[in-house]
Amino acid sequence: MRTDDLITMLATGTGPVDTNVAARRYAAALFFGATGAILLMVMLLGVRTDLAHALFLPRFWIKAGVVTCVTIASLVLALRLSQPGRRLGRVPSALVAPVLAVWILAAVVLINADPLQRTRLFLGDTWAVCPFLIAMLSVPVFGSTIWAMRGLAPTRLRLAGAAAGLLAGTTGALVYCIHCPEMEAPFLGFWYLLGMLIPAAVGALSGRLLLRW
Amino acid sequence: MERISEYGRLAASEKRLRDLLVLGLAGDANAYEVFLRELSTHLRAFFRKRLAQLSTEAEDLVQETLLAVHNQRHTYDVDQPLTSWVHAIAKYKLIDMLRRRSHREALTDSLDDLGDFFSADEDAAEARRDLDKLLDQLPDRQRLPIIHMKLGGLSVAATAQITGMSESAVKVGVHRGLKALAAKVREDT
Repeated sequence: MRTDDLITMLATGTGPVDTNVAARRYAAALFFGATGAILLMVMLLGVRTDLAHALFLPRFWIKAGVVTCVTIASLVLALRLSQPGRRLGRVPSALVAPVLAVWILAAVVLINADPLQRTRLFLGDTWAVCPFLIAMLSVPVFGSTIWAMRGLAPTRLRLAGAAAGLLAGTTGALVYCIHCPEMEAPFLGFWYLLGMLIPAAVGALSGRLLLRW
Repeated sequence: MERISEYGRLAASEKRLRDLLVLGLAGDANAYEVFLRELSTHLRAFFRKRLAQLSTEAEDLVQETLLAVHNQRHTYDVDQPLTSWVHAIAKYKLIDMLRRRSHREALTDSLDDLGDFFSADEDAAEARRDLDKLLDQLPDRQRLPIIHMKLGGLSVAATAQITGMSESAVKVGVHRGLKALAAKVREDT
């Protein structure tokens, strides 16, 4: 087929095109993915027993707030990487800023703490399971975000895969907040971060395979 | 310097091409056809510059990229420069093709191929790959809507009548068929 004929073929009978597909796909992906993560959390882990009490603690909201910030930043990152030629602009900085804030807070907490308490502030009670549970809760959003991206046109596949994984990890961590009893900044800055980075690494490694078009 | 002038040329056409595409996305098939036609000359220049010794591959890439632009046109944000959108797609398809080629180690045979050494660079070359043959491999529910609607120029209703499919099945068939065609193009290289 000659290129001219291909062009005629492609243009023949085309109608209006909805250019808001990206927003709708991501809205659907987040809705179903987050619902899946919440169901997994409720069925396998359970809501933390002292949730009603925790809702009045600033530390609970600092944790939820930080995770929400990185979730929003990773959502914008994934959206931009889903469309060809979109600039990332300040999105990477917006992603790193909350993490740096937590590290600074963690440093302040550790410096001011009784030296005997420092290990405990860092490890909490659940360090051994936290990253893996976050990674587990990220599975539904990972799948739904990859689905959203496959209907769009990512051109930097590794990076797009990493962003999809990161969005899954951050959403998983946000849902995990409702279960997890840990609220100390040193714990959050390492174990939560590790949990969010596991799906991001999986996404980076599988991006080329999953997202090609 | 060559790069700058090439980008400059595309940037100069940016506004015109963008207006055509925006009309096309709103449903104006004529404007959309003009857009694809003008875009194809830019793409041809882009790929020929980068694939000097592989001129038939360049035309394959022009076709593959046009198909990609068409299938993915819902990802163009009208607030975004058209140049960066098109460039990202063209570059993606170029790298994807080179990666596939390097897997096959097929570069060796084209180094000895002097057949097209003196070929002119002006017009659309014949593509090496035949899209018609790939089209024939699609299942009927995708192939028939494409043949009647896209190649025959029939309406959705007329295509539905001829094929005995529902109108929505015809639309879905065209949409999925063109995506499947793009996938076959990738496998074929």
